[in-house]
Amino acid sequence: MESLTSPTVTQRDQILVEQQVFNIFNTFFNMPPSSQSFMLELQRENHVDYLTNGLKHLAPSFCVLDANRPWICYWILHSIALMDEFVDPELEDNTIDFLSRCQDPNGGYGGGPGQLPHLATTYAAVNSLVTLGGDKALSSINREKLYSFMRQMKDASGGFRMHDGGEIDVRACYTAISVASLLNILDDELVQNVGNYVLSCQTYEGGISGEPGSEAHGGYTFCGLATMILINEVDRLDLSSLIDWVVFRQGVEGGFQGRTNKLVDGCYSFWQGGIFALLKRLNSSKGERSIPVGDGEDSEPESPQTTASSDATEEEGLNMDLSQGGSHSEKGDQQETSSRVTVDNIDHNSSKGRAKVEPLFNSLALQQYILLCSQDLNGGLRDKPGKSRDHYHTCYCLSGLSVCQRSWSEDEDSPPLPRAVLGPYSNLLEPIHPLHNVVLDRYQEAHEFFTRS
Amino acid sequence: MESSEDDGGEPLSRLAEWRDVTPLPQDDGPNPVAPIAYKEEFRETMDYFRAIYKADERSPRALRLTRRAIHLNPGNYTVWHFRRLVLEALNSDLDEELDFIQRIANSNSKNYQLWHHRRWVVERLGTNARVKELHLIKSILSLDAKNYHAWSHRQWVLQALGGWEDELDYCQQLLEEDIFNNSAWNQRYFVVTRSPLLGGLTAMRASEVRYTVEAILANPNNECPWRYLRGLYKDDIESLVNNHEISSVCLKVINTKSDYIFALKMLLDLVCYGLQPCQEFRDAVVALWTSDSRPLDPDLATAICGILEHVDSMRASYWIWRKNKLPVAA
Repeated sequence: MESLTSPTVTQRDQILVEQQVFNIFNTFFNMPPSSQSFMLELQRENHVDYLTNGLKHLAPSFCVLDANRPWICYWILHSIALMDEFVDPELEDNTIDFLSRCQDPNGGYGGGPGQLPHLATTYAAVNSLVTLGGDKALSSINREKLYSFMRQMKDASGGFRMHDGGEIDVRACYTAISVASLLNILDDELVQNVGNYVLSCQTYEGGISGEPGSEAHGGYTFCGLATMILINEVDRLDLSSLIDWVVFRQGVEGGFQGRTNKLVDGCYSFWQGGIFALLKRLNSSKGERSIPVGDGEDSEPESPQTTASSDATEEEGLNMDLSQGGSHSEKGDQQETSSRVTVDNIDHNSSKGRAKVEPLFNSLALQQYILLCSQDLNGGLRDKPGKSRDHYHTCYCLSGLSVCQRSWSEDEDSPPLPRAVLGPYSNLLEPIHPLHNVVLDRYQEAHEFFTRS
Repeated sequence: MESSEDDGGEPLSRLAEWRDVTPLPQDDGPNPVAPIAYKEEFRETMDYFRAIYKADERSPRALRLTRRAIHLNPGNYTVWHFRRLVLEALNSDLDEELDFIQRIANSNSKNYQLWHHRRWVVERLGTNARVKELHLIKSILSLDAKNYHAWSHRQWVLQALGGWEDELDYCQQLLEEDIFNNSAWNQRYFVVTRSPLLGGLTAMRASEVRYTVEAILANPNNECPWRYLRGLYKDDIESLVNNHEISSVCLKVINTKSDYIFALKMLLDLVCYGLQPCQEFRDAVVALWTSDSRPLDPDLATAICGILEHVDSMRASYWIWRKNKLPVAA
């Protein structure tokens, strides 16, 4: 039954990548143990050097990223924070000052000083400031103006425009809702119909696309799922088909591809891997099996299985204040709002086994791909062997690595077991808050700050 | 025509045309972070752009300046945005604008701004732009048949301006070239479900199932047609379960004992959805199990999960999870 014709473009590209990756794995498995442990070691010092240099100087080739400078700040600062390192106080001050210059007088942040405010760079700037932490950074965000900027970006469809006259897509929805939630300015007006928009982007494959009709894609699936959780409407998605789609995005290389039959890329360690961190939290509250799977539920995606478990959020604590989306901007009552995400849907498919926190993806295989194939030993991480390191891939490979290391942990605050961390235990990174992708304790500080103020 | 080469990259400060403009440097502060070592041409162009943008000067020279700035950084959405304001104010020839975008696309086809701008222009040109537009997207897809932006744009053109007549043939052609191209499968689904000419999913289902089954039998390890097949029965699980064509393609593939993971997975879904499998299915599944040490579970769904856990070890924990989610046999 095998097709006897010559390989197609997809097959040929895939074979080439597999050869490269398996060469690396073969070399690795034939090494003496001492070399192996070196290969699996996260080269923290080199990564921090590479990253810190980026904050201080970027080569002329970065001109094409001149409208993405808050992103560069976020990729670098978040990566450094994941490794539990800090930038010196002067650089920190300079960053706050620089980002203030990117803040538009009428709200939101642009890609550089004087540029139009844009939702994606607003997300990057806010996440950068949350990552720096401290009153000076957090209070530099003009929340009232930011809120009015977001209202202006809100489209009648329920989605958001990236900027004045800009494109509408799931990225825009996520960046708007994530920022609004983090800053405690999310309200009914911002939330209205955004769920309909995201829902219209879930494709027949199970993943989520950028716009209705497009192809299911890892980045948009993360954005769409996180948005639905933040606005407390996740049960409207067909989660069983979403899970079924995402587990198949992990390839023989151990890393994730972004779309069906595309090539592995280290950045999907977070975009796809992070989906499991989101699902785990949905699934773990109260030990209930909450995600319906392959049992005919698909035909009635809106069936009212929303048993509100009012203390589900307590279980999650601040780690995952899912209720924040539901409480919108009514300050101070986040804890009261029940989380509807404990979708108690076990009626006719009661489980045979009890839920232990077991990742639904292959965490060790992904860690192996990140460390052996994505890591540049001289510092920085990359898409795949043969590609160059960059700040974007460094950020999302490390974020994915952090997710992997805690994929067995129910509770982010206790350190994971050694067997959960591939390579030396010193590879352990800080835990993240997966809805916003900022380091968890920075999230907690910001959350307290913005609940108070 | 607004030629791109008219100032030949010569410094703007040396051109008479710009003598009256005072360049506006970037307000980067005394200690900028992530500072880019701008090339001189980049810095100067952006300094002039900032001056013109601030003055909101919607003039022919402003249009030329945005062109220059876009060439240097096609990701600067502020420049694109301003360019649209200028195009509007000058009532510019938008066909020329399409040519300009095309040249940018040739060197940088994966950029949100470019495609968004293109949509804006085509929207204004209306149906007249359709044929050329669909043709142009084809030329970009001929270089990279999975370009996400190009596909999104194509779907938008079809919906806004029409041109559905040849689209199914186009999908067909791309799939003949590369049956593993999931973007082409996705487009096929888009056409089958949304084309006003084909009567919708229900009308197309039978012929699409036939096509998909053929694709599966040619390459049973190709995930695309399996997912497509499921998609054809979105919101109609009962028909999926009742269609013997589907269960029998699973059986055929399983009986070959190679590349059967997706076939087993489909069979598992069918059983979960209520398929009552006959003995033939059980025998085919049992025949896959070669381990002497552990007997296969008598329950078919459980057995399938057990086999998948073994042969699809990357997803072992998923299959265990699926197994644990199975309804307890009554």
